[in-house]
Amino acid sequence: MSEVHTVKSYDEELAHLTGIIARMGGMAEAQFTAGLQALARRDDDLAQRVVAGDARIDELDREVQSFAVRLLALRQPMAVDLRQIVGALNISGEIERVGDYAANLAKRALVLNRVGIAAPVAGVVRLGDMVRSLLKEVLDAYLEKDLTKALEVWSRDEEVDALYNAVMQDLITQMTEDPGTITAATHLLFIAKNIERIGDHATNIAEALHYQILGTSPAGSRPKGNTVGGPE
Amino acid sequence: MNSPVTARAAQGKAKVSARALNVYYGEKHALHEVDLDIFSGEVTALIGPSGCGKSTFLRCINRMNDMVDSARVSGQLTIDGSDIYDHSLDVVQLRARVGMVFQKPNPFPKSIYDNVAYGPRIHGLARDQEELDEIVMTSLEKAGLLGEVKDRLTESGTGLSGGQQQRLCIARAIAVGPEVILMDEPCSALDPIATAKVEELIDELRDNYTIVIVTHSMQQAARVSQRTAFFHLGKLIEVSDTEQIFTNPQHSLTQGYITGRFG
Amino acid sequence: MTDTSHAAALSAERPSADPVAARLKRRHAAERRFRAFGLGAVLFALGFLGILLTTIVSHGITAFVSTYVKVEIHFDPALLGIEGTPTPEAIAAADYRALIRDGLSRAFPEVQNRTEQRQLLALVSGGAEGEVRDTLRDNPSLLGQSRTLWLLANDDVDMVIKGHAPREPGIPGNRLSEAQGRWLTALESHDAVKTRFNTILWTSGDSRQPEQAGLWGAVVGSIFSLTITLLVSFPLGVATAIYLEEFAPKNRWTDLIEVNINNLAAVPSVVFGLLGLAVFLNGFGLPRSAPLVGGLVLALICLPTIIIAARAAMKAVPPSIREAAAGLGASRLQVVTDHVLPLSMPGVLTGTILGMAHALGETAPLLMIGMVAFIVDIPSTPLDPAAVLPVQVYLWADSPERAFVERTSAAIMVLLLFLTAMNLIAIMLRKKFERKW
Repeated sequence: MSEVHTVKSYDEELAHLTGIIARMGGMAEAQFTAGLQALARRDDDLAQRVVAGDARIDELDREVQSFAVRLLALRQPMAVDLRQIVGALNISGEIERVGDYAANLAKRALVLNRVGIAAPVAGVVRLGDMVRSLLKEVLDAYLEKDLTKALEVWSRDEEVDALYNAVMQDLITQMTEDPGTITAATHLLFIAKNIERIGDHATNIAEALHYQILGTSPAGSRPKGNTVGGPE
Repeated sequence: MNSPVTARAAQGKAKVSARALNVYYGEKHALHEVDLDIFSGEVTALIGPSGCGKSTFLRCINRMNDMVDSARVSGQLTIDGSDIYDHSLDVVQLRARVGMVFQKPNPFPKSIYDNVAYGPRIHGLARDQEELDEIVMTSLEKAGLLGEVKDRLTESGTGLSGGQQQRLCIARAIAVGPEVILMDEPCSALDPIATAKVEELIDELRDNYTIVIVTHSMQQAARVSQRTAFFHLGKLIEVSDTEQIFTNPQHSLTQGYITGRFG
Repeated sequence: MTDTSHAAALSAERPSADPVAARLKRRHAAERRFRAFGLGAVLFALGFLGILLTTIVSHGITAFVSTYVKVEIHFDPALLGIEGTPTPEAIAAADYRALIRDGLSRAFPEVQNRTEQRQLLALVSGGAEGEVRDTLRDNPSLLGQSRTLWLLANDDVDMVIKGHAPREPGIPGNRLSEAQGRWLTALESHDAVKTRFNTILWTSGDSRQPEQAGLWGAVVGSIFSLTITLLVSFPLGVATAIYLEEFAPKNRWTDLIEVNINNLAAVPSVVFGLLGLAVFLNGFGLPRSAPLVGGLVLALICLPTIIIAARAAMKAVPPSIREAAAGLGASRLQVVTDHVLPLSMPGVLTGTILGMAHALGETAPLLMIGMVAFIVDIPSTPLDPAAVLPVQVYLWADSPERAFVERTSAAIMVLLLFLTAMNLIAIMLRKKFERKW
């Protein structure tokens, strides 16, 4: 059996589908990075651009939906091809949510900047960096169909949860000690939550990729919160 | 996967069972060491590229391969536990228990009534004309054809449309009261509407007969069967629940065939 | 023609299209030549057929009428030699020749001397005596009375009346004396000579006298022979074909048999006659010249044709029908009797009838087994000696009398009529049994 379909246009269409997802992923990643930067550097222009840029990701999501439906109707895909197309539908949705969260993050950054005093963003930025690297890795795993990378991302969700808890604790402590920081800290809490949700979506993408490649979901339940020890 | 079909398969004994079945056409080794179980009350589809041996296997079940001079069969093929290649077995009786529907509809150039009545007549299944009428009517009804032809039973069977002819052939096969029905690409000569009618018929017949269908259309195999067996170059590569085969086949050859990566 | 004009238009635009147009022209010309050739061949064949038919019909058409002479017969008991009440034996044994001589003498009282009287009597056929006897037997009350009877004329008179022989002596072909010619003319002038439909041709057996010769014996002989042929060759041929086609294993022996059967169809039929002579006549001691033997020999000739035709017809039955029947649980024999045979019947019947038609015209093998004898009586059983139509043609063609010439052609016409009828039946049967799959 060869890796390519006898009908070459089928391969071309599947590659096209993967391509849209890749572009979406890159865009979402860039949006997230820019949002974090806008937060750290208190850059309003950047934040505005991020907010505006989300529309493009939504557009690509719609493109994936319609193209996937077209493939289902016209190609009657089976087995791995079917899983790939259904996977693309799922992953596109996940990336679109990531984009939404990145835009929300930027919106809050704008608000935060108007508050005036310098907000204690360091912890949140650290959380953001961690999730950003996870997102990058899972998107690479998707393009390379790399199961190992995907599983790694899948197992690190608990790390994200742990760091999120730490950041939240920190912010609560700050708010208790210095009530003047409550406004800023509250916004930062929401931002941290957004980032943690992005992390969840990255894990979802990893699960979807596992199903696409193997036809089964990852064994065991998803490692969450403070569970010690990795999956499998 | 604990589908109801595999559960039933695990409990029940196989209706038709092949063990180490080999078929030779002269020098050509057409089937290699096939082990396959077929269960009653469900439809088993045999798929695979041309020349893979699926039709050969099908024709072993009612010993139609006997009609080919150069054919030689070794191994074991049992129905309800008894070996059908045993010397003492009467082939005529076997073919009354195992009916066959062919790729191109082949009604006899006789009346519709006589087509369906032929099988019961030669096997002496009816004691009088009334019983024979009853058998003919019931078979036509089971085949979903009675409504369309009940006013013209004396007309020639060859005057019907392609889809009707094929359903007539199915009625003819049912009239003998078989336990197993073999279908060799029954819809390949039919248009989509006729195909849908035949598939609906297969669905209805499934409860009372063991059905084995050879098909070139994977979509048909997916629609119609509960179990699917994939053959390649005379070997049985994979057999499993239809859902499993078409969403997540275990063997790369199977996947390559059903996704169109062959060649 | 549009092709050439189109090609011409093309060549006007592109000079390189000229060879194309020229080739096209040549192809059309070749096709026209071929069609003309075919038509010419057909017309040529039809021409010969036309010549053949015209020759035969022109020679034979007059044989379907016979000449009769009117004579007044006095049923004189004294002349007849019957005394008192006539018993059937007496009627049968009486001298009717004398009556005819008497009747003719009355018509021509001037004939006195013996030679001339003999010549006068010779105007009437020898078979006329039987006609007079039959008249008296049917009506014994005629005894002592007179009756005008139309008596069959002699073949020489018949030929003159039909214009095939000259009346005057001295001209080549003349067989009447000067006196006979005169008397004949006199009879004609009294309307005492006329031609009637020749029923003798259809009802009598062979005879040395042409005017009394008929085909019925040969026809009955042919019917008997062909019936025997049909009864023997049809079941045997069909059964052989069924065995060879459906049941025999495909090995070198069956190939050998098939080659031999095909060859037998081409063996000269006279060889079968020799076989019949050796086996049926000398070996089995069957009666010579009998339609039974003739039928058996003809059956041997027909067998290969029937077997080949039946096999071809059975091969034409599509295997899908056989598979369908076998799939329902029909045994091999049932597949043949219920499906293959009925569907191949048109071909089998056509082959059989063509074989029969061929057998009807066979002469050489029947000569070998002795069906060339001169048979007068109509055969009543297939064991009685008989002739067949083609042999009758041969015998009559061999006879010297002028009257047999027209009768030979008439016999050929009858033979051709039967052959045409059999072929028409073959065509009708084929059309009737033809079925669409």
